[in-house]
Amino acid sequence: MSDQEGTPEAQPMLHGCPLTDSHGQAVVHPSRAQYVALLKKLLDSGYAMCCDLTAVDFLTHPGRSLPDGIVAERFEIVVNLTAIASRDRIRVRVQVPESDTTIASVFDLWPGTEAMEREVFDMFGISFDGHPDLTRILMPEDWDGHPLRKDYEIGRIPVQFKGSHS
Amino acid sequence: MTSGQNIFKTNEGAQEMRARSEISAKEILREVGSVLRMSEAEVANLGQSSGDSDEDQTMIINMGPQHPSTHGVLRLMLELQGETVLRCKPIIGYLHTGMEKTGEDLTYMQGGTNVTRMDYLSPLNNELVFSMAVEKLLGIENDIPERAVWMRMLLSELNRMSSHLLFLATNGMDLGAVSMMLYGWREREEVLRFFQKVTGLRMNHNFIRPGGVAADLPAGWRSDVLEILEMLPGRLAEYDILMTDQPIWRERLQGVGVITADEALALGTSGPILRSTGVAWDLRRDQPYLHYEKMEFDVIVGSYGDAFDRYAIRINEIRESMRIVYQILDNMPKGDYRIQNKKVTPPPRARIDESMEALIHHFKIFTEGFKVPEGEVYVAIESPRGEIGCYIVSDGGSKPYRIHMRAPSFVNIQALPHMMRGGLVADAVAVISSIDPVLGEVDR
Repeated sequence: MSDQEGTPEAQPMLHGCPLTDSHGQAVVHPSRAQYVALLKKLLDSGYAMCCDLTAVDFLTHPGRSLPDGIVAERFEIVVNLTAIASRDRIRVRVQVPESDTTIASVFDLWPGTEAMEREVFDMFGISFDGHPDLTRILMPEDWDGHPLRKDYEIGRIPVQFKGSHS
Repeated sequence: MTSGQNIFKTNEGAQEMRARSEISAKEILREVGSVLRMSEAEVANLGQSSGDSDEDQTMIINMGPQHPSTHGVLRLMLELQGETVLRCKPIIGYLHTGMEKTGEDLTYMQGGTNVTRMDYLSPLNNELVFSMAVEKLLGIENDIPERAVWMRMLLSELNRMSSHLLFLATNGMDLGAVSMMLYGWREREEVLRFFQKVTGLRMNHNFIRPGGVAADLPAGWRSDVLEILEMLPGRLAEYDILMTDQPIWRERLQGVGVITADEALALGTSGPILRSTGVAWDLRRDQPYLHYEKMEFDVIVGSYGDAFDRYAIRINEIRESMRIVYQILDNMPKGDYRIQNKKVTPPPRARIDESMEALIHHFKIFTEGFKVPEGEVYVAIESPRGEIGCYIVSDGGSKPYRIHMRAPSFVNIQALPHMMRGGLVADAVAVISSIDPVLGEVDR
């Protein structure tokens, strides 16, 4: 499944995806193609709860450390899963390129990701294939742009009384 | 990069719930079936035979955003057939102020003032999870002085009590027990008065900070806490007479808004909603943080997953929090209340008067903030509403590159359509109330 076996130090793998450690927390790095299949395997192996699904825009911080074979892209989807029985947590990070900001929805695995995926879509403009209702959730529906992108300007509201006192 | 490059006209469509004539049968089956976690066969069955009827017999109405029982600005679109709720769609975002974006522009020192305003009914838990995430990134999570850890636990538990007391107040008010509203607010005020004495503010404390807490406990804190602890059991007994044992109250809540354990897990709910279904999942016990592993307390679980279980869990969690607070009073150590690490701790006020270096250090830490090593971390704790998580990505600077709060209310509110389906519109109020959402945290 993966071609990372030839690296000098053996990269730990989980279901064919590189497994790294971040401050004692397990992180898996699937490719976009492996994403849903990996989450399905994790769900079947006990990670019954999808706590959190969010995204990060790495536009101004491209040089982060990733395991070999994973190419850093502009966006990253971050999914946090919890296994109730083994009291375990795992994090999944997927790279999503700027040129094609789509990724498969995991709504069918955890219906609870419905609002979270909508939030990511709203804030980052990443669309989820197979999501039943991909509309803006926090911003008004006629809003332009995606606020949490790094090139989205914060903007200023004109002040009514500007210049009134020095 | 120009600002205009990224701005394009969006056409995501309306957020409102659409009429049945506007959506395909497949879409509606998917919506209903996946929310209810049904198999495909069951869903197909539902489409043919359930109470879902033609459009001319149903109507779509708005409940909120300005409805007293929606706890803020939550808007629900309900599809009704007579008094029965067929579909429900929560529409949120009315309180969205871009707090995660703001958080990217505040230093780790200032970040506490931002996160504390998200879940404004349990501000100390917000600060706690933020501080714990920053400390983990800094690698100092095991160096926090003992007194600070115990103080954090004390404040976190008292905050759980004040939040649940407010839940009892609003739950009573929503269901017509208006006197309960006054009692709940009154008792909560006692706890807030203690917070004011310790932190200077009733809410939005910014008291728990990376590295410890902002100040030591004031003189006489112990007797203040004991006063609260001695006052509450009698009051809770009164609530039992007023509500728990009262047939009208039970009739109003039992069997309303039922959810099963599988559904609750699939929908990602946590806190009292998940525990009401019988899943004993409490991060204080299952993934202990601070010193909860040394505490003796029970995780309260329900068995029916209905609104009454969620009410009973919260009232009993106040009792469990009181047990924990008694243990904290017995164990509170002496010592520093913040880490003596010059990187994150400003110098004491007295040193600033006599040392130029201390003045510079003080100035630098408050203007530039401290730098946090590159990395990413997710920390979760048990807030009164469920799992509150903080995901921080640092690029090595003094501001978070990305800060995301996993807000329990945001996720819990997704269970509303499921809990309301097939119920009465009068019960909708009870169901919303039993979720106990805080819209400040839903919308952030």
